[in-house]
Amino acid sequence: MLAFTIRRLFQAAGVLLVVALFSFVMFRFVGDPINQMVGVDTSPAERAQLRQDLGLNDQIIVQFARFVGNAVQFNFGISYQMKQPVAQLIASRFPATAELSLVSALFALLIGVPMGVYTGLYRDTLLSRLFMAISLAGISLPTFLIGILLIFVFSVHLGWLPSFGRGDTVQIGGFWTTGFLTKSGLLSLILPSITLGLFQMTLIMRLVRGEMLEVLRTDFIKFARARGLSRRAINFGHALKNTLIPVITITGLQLGSIIAFAIITETVFQWPGMGLLFLQAVQNVDIPIMAAYLLLIAFLFTVINFIVDLLYVAVDPRIRLGGSPA
Amino acid sequence: MTPTLSVKNLRVEIPTRRGTLVAIDDLSFDIAPGEVLGMVGESGAGKSITGSAIIGLLEPPGHVAAGEISLQGERIDGLPPDAMRRIRGRRIGMIFQDPLTSLNPLYRIGDQLIETILTHENMSHAAARAKARQLLEEVGIPAAGERLSSYPHQFSGGMRQRVVIALALAADPDLVIADEPTTALDVSVQAQIIALLKRLCEDRGTSVLLITHDMGVIAETADRVCVLYAGRMAEIGSVQDVVKRPQHPYTVGLMAAIPSLTMDPHESLAQIPGSMPRLGAIPSGCAFNPRCQFAFERCSAERPEPYPTTSGRAACFLHDTGGSKLPPVENARRAEKAGIAVKGRTEDTVS
Amino acid sequence: MSEQTLTQVPARRSSRLKNALDSDLIYSLRKSPLTMVAAVVTLVLVLSAVFAPWIAPQNPYDPSSLSIMDSFYPPAWEADGDPRFLLGTDDQGRGLLSTILYGMRTSLAVGFASVIFAMVLGVTLGLVAGYFGGKTDSIIMRIADVQLTFPAILIALLIDGVARGLAGSHAYDEIVFGVLILSIGLSFWVQYARTVRGSVIVEANKEYVLAARLIGLGPITIMFRHVLPNVLGPVLVIATINLALAIITEATLSFLGVGAPLTQPSLGTLIRVGNDFLFSGEWWITIFPGVTLAVLALAVNLLGDWLRDALNPKLR
Repeated sequence: MLAFTIRRLFQAAGVLLVVALFSFVMFRFVGDPINQMVGVDTSPAERAQLRQDLGLNDQIIVQFARFVGNAVQFNFGISYQMKQPVAQLIASRFPATAELSLVSALFALLIGVPMGVYTGLYRDTLLSRLFMAISLAGISLPTFLIGILLIFVFSVHLGWLPSFGRGDTVQIGGFWTTGFLTKSGLLSLILPSITLGLFQMTLIMRLVRGEMLEVLRTDFIKFARARGLSRRAINFGHALKNTLIPVITITGLQLGSIIAFAIITETVFQWPGMGLLFLQAVQNVDIPIMAAYLLLIAFLFTVINFIVDLLYVAVDPRIRLGGSPA
Repeated sequence: MTPTLSVKNLRVEIPTRRGTLVAIDDLSFDIAPGEVLGMVGESGAGKSITGSAIIGLLEPPGHVAAGEISLQGERIDGLPPDAMRRIRGRRIGMIFQDPLTSLNPLYRIGDQLIETILTHENMSHAAARAKARQLLEEVGIPAAGERLSSYPHQFSGGMRQRVVIALALAADPDLVIADEPTTALDVSVQAQIIALLKRLCEDRGTSVLLITHDMGVIAETADRVCVLYAGRMAEIGSVQDVVKRPQHPYTVGLMAAIPSLTMDPHESLAQIPGSMPRLGAIPSGCAFNPRCQFAFERCSAERPEPYPTTSGRAACFLHDTGGSKLPPVENARRAEKAGIAVKGRTEDTVS
Repeated sequence: MSEQTLTQVPARRSSRLKNALDSDLIYSLRKSPLTMVAAVVTLVLVLSAVFAPWIAPQNPYDPSSLSIMDSFYPPAWEADGDPRFLLGTDDQGRGLLSTILYGMRTSLAVGFASVIFAMVLGVTLGLVAGYFGGKTDSIIMRIADVQLTFPAILIALLIDGVARGLAGSHAYDEIVFGVLILSIGLSFWVQYARTVRGSVIVEANKEYVLAARLIGLGPITIMFRHVLPNVLGPVLVIATINLALAIITEATLSFLGVGAPLTQPSLGTLIRVGNDFLFSGEWWITIFPGVTLAVLALAVNLLGDWLRDALNPKLR
């Protein structure tokens, strides 16, 4: 168990290092950092001095080490475009994305899992077919299109819900702003979180359904039936519990990607989060923000993966107790 | 005495898009209380489907199309699902081939036992736990009390099959269907498991339907044997008769194909030419006729009904006039070796 | 071997065509009316995109045929509609039907090209990883693992940003389609590589590959002639499902403003442009391209789903 945890931690560190390398290469070699920082009227001597000061003449490996060291302290330098520290920019945008992602993830899980269980158990009912049709639409339609259609219906036509921004927010603690505490904040969350969560919801539903069907075909379910266990005990005890293992893994990954998919939703709804910041950075080739965002996402993914692994261990005794058969 | 299980003219059909397959055709047999009936045949002969049909767990779209299945004189085919569920585990226990996959890997052994006991018997959780422990002891698992909280993966294959047996016997069923209970196990463990199963069922007076393709297991364990071929019964009879004096040409071939310690090591094993037909392409008349060395015209024209033999029945026209006309295995083998045309000789005796 | 099987063989050969029509694939297609509809819709959309220059009422790229006076016409059936423009016009007076046909052409072209690129890249890397194993294998699959933790859209955006940085904004406009295909293709290669690698490892240990090695065939011949044909089924399924994904990804990138440019709009670009007019009442500028994109993606997805189920009976 401990060995498992340590091995996972090392793997996670490895992935982060690879991503950091990619970020560094991007940071260092895409365009000239000096040109981005100084004006046209800077003399070559001043440029050379700046280059020396920033350590851009050092050996590459030293520069990479310095980059990683700074990244650990969340120091990514100054945005080329906005001339502000990247860390500050991201911190100010982080709460908006975090709240949107959280609500979307809950929406996806709390609706997707029951729908998947239902469609897995009752394959041929009318409701199952309806759910499957909805899920197909959810998987096939691009996120931005769903957002636009929702805006068209609920904001433009019906005028029920706001179509952009976070509404009123309340400041909590040092930098956190929340939309959970105001009516307009909560109303503003509805359309974006449905837009962002719908794809994940359908994916989770299809996954749970598929796993459920698979598990229901296994020998131990057949044996459970032969033992005369009730339908309830078989479906919601044996089958569901075994379905959970792969579902936890993939769902974890999917929830992680919600944060990245927020880029699209935030654009449609002009949601002032990190995604919008990143997109502007891509359009303006603002490399420090791109590098920082990439590393931050990688870090969040790694943390989520790690939690997923621990959950996995909690559910599956084969990993928890380890060892080959006695 | 009412037989524990009585199967009459059972017919199982599996509709497919290329037509309906008849997996079991006109199969009849009884199992007396405390009796062990062995069921043998090649893979695909319909042994497992018979077991599934009895316990009501045929994979859809397969279904019982005709015939009767009675448990202690009471029809159980076509019962509503909930009534059938109460029979499963309580009155009919089942053991599957692969102990590695029969147990839910995420549940403790004890919980799976207790769950089964509580489903069928009205008792407290503590009493169920005590019974679970006693069951584990009975099937020969050391330190049963501690092992209750183990997970399946912590057991070896043989031990898991013991747990499966404990689960099948948890509610003292009247009949146990054991579907290839030892096929997936190491040879060294097989005999132990069979002995255990036999002892437990003897103690409780439980009837057993033992499905296997291992004639050795049958010879050791069964009281009577039912031989299936292409979903139809070839022969049924006491174990001595079927093994020593098989009455159906298919059984003759089957027995001749078994190596024995007494045979000449240089002698090659007999083979039955050809292979069992697929369910979609069963020949007309007797299903075995294209492979049968004794076949004559009538065999491909008409389907033989089971004719009485010394201790049972055989579905072969050679028995139409009554009494056995077939040489026992050893004679057939010797005769073949000596170059005597067995076919001609039997035809003589038939006519 | 029995006489029965011997006599059956010639009979089977003579009716190969009949067998093909009777195969499980065609059977499952005929069994599912929804899939039939999807197939027809896909065919119609692809054909009308290919023949857009001949069937579109106007050429939206020809400035001389455009008049700003024609801008913002609603669809022809509305009160202010103009019969020349069945689906109305956009802010520059282009007929939406024509722009949609041309836009779909761009979307499909980018979609197909990036799927082919991803397929070639993924299959090659998968073959190499599976066949050579060892270090080559672990490097390729490690990269795949890391990439797989990120959503495709993020990878595509990053590649796009890097390309902009490397090319500079003027040169970028000229290579934008190349970058699009590259970025979408690079985000989807992993699935092919994994599938192919898995099959290669299974196949490589089979007798026929050993036999091919023994008679002295080189690794490349063995891979392409003997191993590849065995993995084409799953690759085809992935390609079909990925086509829908690629079209969606391209549309998303264009919607986000980093894809097809205004001068050569794809469906995504059209939706992006129209989105600005959604609130001012000119809903048709965004809704019609949106519906077209939705129908296209849905139809291709349905085909992919069907193909996967038909080729993988276990999941049926």
